[in-house]
Amino acid sequence: MIAEYFDTPDDAIADIADGATILVGGFVSAGTPSNLIRAVRRSGRRNLTAVANNIGLGDLLDELCEDRQLAKVIATFAIRASGTRSSRFEAQYRAGEVELELVPQGTLIERLRAGGAGLGGVLTRTGLGTMMAEGKQTMELDGEEWLLERPLRGDVALLKAWRADRLGNLQYRLAGRNFNPVMATAAELVIAEVEEIVEPGEIPPDQVGTPGIYVDRLVQCEPIPVRWEG
Amino acid sequence: MPADNPPTGLSRELIALRVARELEPGSVVNLGIGLPTLVAGFVEPADHILFQAENGILGYSGVSESDFDADLINAGGQPVALVAGASFFDTADSFAMIRGGHIDAAVLGGLQVSARGDLANWYVPSRGGGSVGGAMDLAVGARKLIVAMAHVTRDGEPRIVEVCDYPLTARRCVDVVITDLAVIDVSPSGLTLRETAPGVSVNDVVAWTGAELDTSGPVCEMPL
Repeated sequence: MIAEYFDTPDDAIADIADGATILVGGFVSAGTPSNLIRAVRRSGRRNLTAVANNIGLGDLLDELCEDRQLAKVIATFAIRASGTRSSRFEAQYRAGEVELELVPQGTLIERLRAGGAGLGGVLTRTGLGTMMAEGKQTMELDGEEWLLERPLRGDVALLKAWRADRLGNLQYRLAGRNFNPVMATAAELVIAEVEEIVEPGEIPPDQVGTPGIYVDRLVQCEPIPVRWEG
Repeated sequence: MPADNPPTGLSRELIALRVARELEPGSVVNLGIGLPTLVAGFVEPADHILFQAENGILGYSGVSESDFDADLINAGGQPVALVAGASFFDTADSFAMIRGGHIDAAVLGGLQVSARGDLANWYVPSRGGGSVGGAMDLAVGARKLIVAMAHVTRDGEPRIVEVCDYPLTARRCVDVVITDLAVIDVSPSGLTLRETAPGVSVNDVVAWTGAELDTSGPVCEMPL
């Protein structure tokens, strides 16, 4: 229940394996673990599956495509509607070098929630009658049609929060929560980068956004500024 | 078709203004990426419309480029300001609001809308791959769905069609379409022309619409 401190993001992610599935918190610039992503870039790990809201919108996740470290991406934003700007991910996708599983945002979060909460799946109306339902089970309950979406988990989750304490409690600021609290529940190893590490009790209990039970590793880092490129 | 090119209709800003007029005072509204984000700049503060961003904000106002804070952005990645009484939450809460029927209206961009209210807005076949974001969730979950888009494509093809040939976002989800040329209501019985843009005739709208349009009711000029 005590989170382990690491001096650098590189140390914190050093034992991620080739072929791992990595959940990456954040929404473009908000709550994104950019230092940990850069550390994965430096690690040279390959054949990774990244699960994230977005790739190639100015986020650093796109840097993992510089040296083809990603085999698959599960995301909600991946290819821009207009061709005026292109990402490394898009180039690699078009070359057939990386697989894309596009998932509606609400379905992505609920699949992760199911994965983290020990649930067997999610029944939703989102995606019915669309390409998202192809090859998936649908069922009728009480006269209504539902699409079954399966749980999603990662080997590792990379999170970003504002502050943390030794117990691993995380406090977020503004819109920095987004995917982070749910991803914290859905991976075997949970690593958070934070701007400040404080003593237990300094984060008021009612301000804890992710209880420490979910968090294994902490690293304190200066945030890397990121801007959306639409 | 009566002409090679559609008549000049509303600018993107005026479409956003017309969408803003469509929103009920006191309602909770989600704005999609692109043209819909402009709507936040056109609502009357006295109407107390609360904007929800699916990345976890209830109660943001227009885009604010001053004092950029990486943790304070809307779902289009744009920096925003907050209104008094705003709140933050995680993505699961956000989509409980959206899928649980707690959002009064969503405004989404569109590539195609069909006569029965199907929406296609996330996948351009010539580009592939796609980006869906929260569009599919909003299309099935918002109580009212307003689509704001150009009436025809750059190539002059109608975007309002009998049957969408682009991949769908959701079936039978659209309630109102607001374009540079017209306001069109969608119901189980089909499409009804409600308003035309200034300088645009009913015949123009019919000519540039690729589906049957009921023009028998009262049709007025858009109040702008």
